[in-house]
Amino acid sequence: MPLATAITDIEQLREHPALARLLAWNTGVAQAVKFDRDELTIWVEKGSIREACAILRDDVECPFNYLSDLTCVDWYPSEPRFEVVYHLLSIPKKERVRLKARVDGSSPVIESITSVWPAANHFEREVFDLFGVRFTGHPNLQRIMMPDNWEGHPLRKDYPVEGYR
Amino acid sequence: MTQFPAATVAEPGQDRTLILNMGPQHPSTHGVLRLVLEIDGETVVRLLPDIGYLHTGIEKTCEAKFYQQVVPLTDRIDYLCPMTNNLTYCLAVEKLLGLEIPPKAQWIRVLLNELTRINSHLVWLGTHAMDLGAMTVFLYCFREREDILRLFEMVSGQRMMTSYFRVGGLALEPPLGFFEKVKAFADRFPGNVDEYEGLLTGNPIFLMRTKGVARLSAEDAIALGATGPTLRGSGVDIDLRRDAPYTGYENFKFRVPVSTEGDVFARYVCRVQELRESISIVQQALAGMPEGSTKADAPKVVLPDREKMKTQMEALIYHFKIITEGFSVPAGEVYQAVESPRGEMGYYIVSDGTAKPYRVHMRGPSFANLQVLGKMCEGHLIADVIAAIGSIDVVLGDIDR
Repeated sequence: MPLATAITDIEQLREHPALARLLAWNTGVAQAVKFDRDELTIWVEKGSIREACAILRDDVECPFNYLSDLTCVDWYPSEPRFEVVYHLLSIPKKERVRLKARVDGSSPVIESITSVWPAANHFEREVFDLFGVRFTGHPNLQRIMMPDNWEGHPLRKDYPVEGYR
Repeated sequence: MTQFPAATVAEPGQDRTLILNMGPQHPSTHGVLRLVLEIDGETVVRLLPDIGYLHTGIEKTCEAKFYQQVVPLTDRIDYLCPMTNNLTYCLAVEKLLGLEIPPKAQWIRVLLNELTRINSHLVWLGTHAMDLGAMTVFLYCFREREDILRLFEMVSGQRMMTSYFRVGGLALEPPLGFFEKVKAFADRFPGNVDEYEGLLTGNPIFLMRTKGVARLSAEDAIALGATGPTLRGSGVDIDLRRDAPYTGYENFKFRVPVSTEGDVFARYVCRVQELRESISIVQQALAGMPEGSTKADAPKVVLPDREKMKTQMEALIYHFKIITEGFSVPAGEVYQAVESPRGEMGYYIVSDGTAKPYRVHMRGPSFANLQVLGKMCEGHLIADVIAAIGSIDVVLGDIDR
């Protein structure tokens, strides 16, 4: 099966339950969208990520009630440097959606979604540990994989694969 | 070192609780898991898992490898189900490439994936029963597990770190006589499950240690990110093999065991029934095995057969190019989720169009499942912590990566 071209036009994707719900809440919330390889990605303004997650979770028709995964991608050296990636799943409707929030490299801070899903606790700690993105409102933001006295954040692109020696 | 958040720790002498370290070297934590327990007498007040002892930076290593070189790394993540890791990674890259896999390769993937599930559940059943005092089950389970590991060795040359699935199909054709051996095992295995159940399901000691212990409600399980038998044991009916079929699972008929009790025994029942369902999928795969190739027709991605390399110039060139330069993958990103023995195993791969992945993230089922442990144990006895750990079936390699 040859790859279809990605759809990035917001008007064409309006029908998708996740996007429809977000636009009904706030027309300006989706900065960009992409439908590629059968997966929908919505770039959400970073200040409204927690509310966007809560809105999608509590939707009546298609509740995205499950946080599958939370991670981060480092686009060093371009800015905004980090993209925090949220994979949501709707257990009743078996739909998936990917939310993304762009975060600056100079002050990598974003609101925690642990109040929406306690499941985000470990995932956010991992992103904090390995990327150095801080989550405001997280109940226990400490390193999770690396030792507490570790210097640097290993999954950043400017961190050498062999580590500093 | 993980500690309780500073604001919530009581001053010494102010109350009667005690902080107790359980692990990281403790036989019933199934690896190097350390739990920080705050206890009041025999009762657990709070529980905080401390992980990271096995962190090897696999995600970082992947970024420095060609796509095909990542496959052997994935074996080492969840070391009890290497084939499932291989499968998830290969499916994700195939989705990025838009590659179609021949039916025979898909059916063998399903067959081996279900054998892997049985293998993993047998280790769980043996160790879980042993934690609760039933030693015999462990020996029986490892007897059958040995048979499965021999099958893996036959097909891939390796007992545990198989690396048998490759991007675009399988590494090799299965050897002659392989399917007959699988058939012999599949015919025998339901009797073995009866044997385990005979030792446990009606055993009063086992029932007392598991029934009503470490309860988890469906709401908590969803909110805390539990998947797999841990979620289905709490009454949430979801199985990605049925709900989001991949690699040809839509061609197989199977039941998804769900139990509404939400206790250790419910999770035990789910997993034991899954053993029976898995062996039925193996039987279906054997009965309907299609003919044909086990590799996709994509010379730029799939290594050519050894024979062709000796006679055809193009094959030799493609082989040289794949080995030295890798194959480039169109830019984009995918999240591929698969139902592993422990729950949703997801691989999130970002490609920037080169021959090396820009970012590989593994969503380990155990990593999320571990978060429910606090909810299960707080307010209950220390002895039940052991039963709870066993019942969520954590694999530390999967958690720490």
